[in-house]
Amino acid sequence: MKKITLAILLLLSVAAQAQEKIAVTTADYSNSSVEMADIMRSEGKIYILVGIILLIFAGLTAYVIYTDRKVSKLEKLISEK
Amino acid sequence: MRQSWWKILTVGLLLYTLLGGFLMEVPRLPILNETIRALYFHVTMWFGMILMLVVAVIYSVKFLKSNDLKHDDVAIEFTNAAILFGVLGIVTGMLWAKFTWGDYWSGDPKQNASAIGLLMYFAYLVLRGSLSDTQQRGRIAAVYNIFAFAAFIPLIFVLPRLTDSLHPGNGGNPGFNAYDLDAKLRLVFYPAILAWTLLGAWIATVRIRIRRVTRAVEDNMTQA
Repeated sequence: MKKITLAILLLLSVAAQAQEKIAVTTADYSNSSVEMADIMRSEGKIYILVGIILLIFAGLTAYVIYTDRKVSKLEKLISEK
Repeated sequence: MRQSWWKILTVGLLLYTLLGGFLMEVPRLPILNETIRALYFHVTMWFGMILMLVVAVIYSVKFLKSNDLKHDDVAIEFTNAAILFGVLGIVTGMLWAKFTWGDYWSGDPKQNASAIGLLMYFAYLVLRGSLSDTQQRGRIAAVYNIFAFAAFIPLIFVLPRLTDSLHPGNGGNPGFNAYDLDAKLRLVFYPAILAWTLLGAWIATVRIRIRRVTRAVEDNMTQA
């Protein structure tokens, strides 16, 4: 019995510790005191950055797909032998 | 392309991660500012690493049970991809830390523990490289892989929590950590974990197939 109460108390203390975390509130989304890249976004330059990243991603993805296909061809070659 | 549906899913989820990660709303928190978006890129590396290490452990056990080198291929290549993610995780973490905690390396318990963890997995590669007999290499590497994982988990999840750490959820350091992950962040974070893990799995499977083709070629040559 003692052990069980101890376990429950320990669990409660863990839960209490978890509650010490600061929750992100709606105020964290609407405040203007914290500096963010607002100007960059309002000027639309963020889309240029995202565009560059997407182009690189597309290139890398195409290369991985190309490599994948190449391996498929090799596998076919081996199985036909 | 073999079994392409999940590869299409990978590309789709990665596109979502990049678009959502840069364009969707994030909480305006001091110190972090826009760098909070690194959550979708840095933190997901570690989640991806651990998920791939789980796969490696499962296939290490499978190899020990069956002695089938096919399982060994999976174990080594998933560990390779996991190590790649781990290195990227530690490097991106250092860059992020420089601008939020003030230093590339502040001896943070979780930083130190993940560095030790990576060293353990480097040792796995060294161990494999030092053995030439494929069966022996497979068995020793499989046993090491299982033990390394068993040490890695407490090292990065349990030990840092027992002391003060700058990382979220460990100890009580104000300024950066202690923020609860909120719903809007989760909306990109969870798909991002899946996306990066799938990308790692894709790279790993391509390399596994190369290993098997290589073995088939070698077997053909010895028979001929």
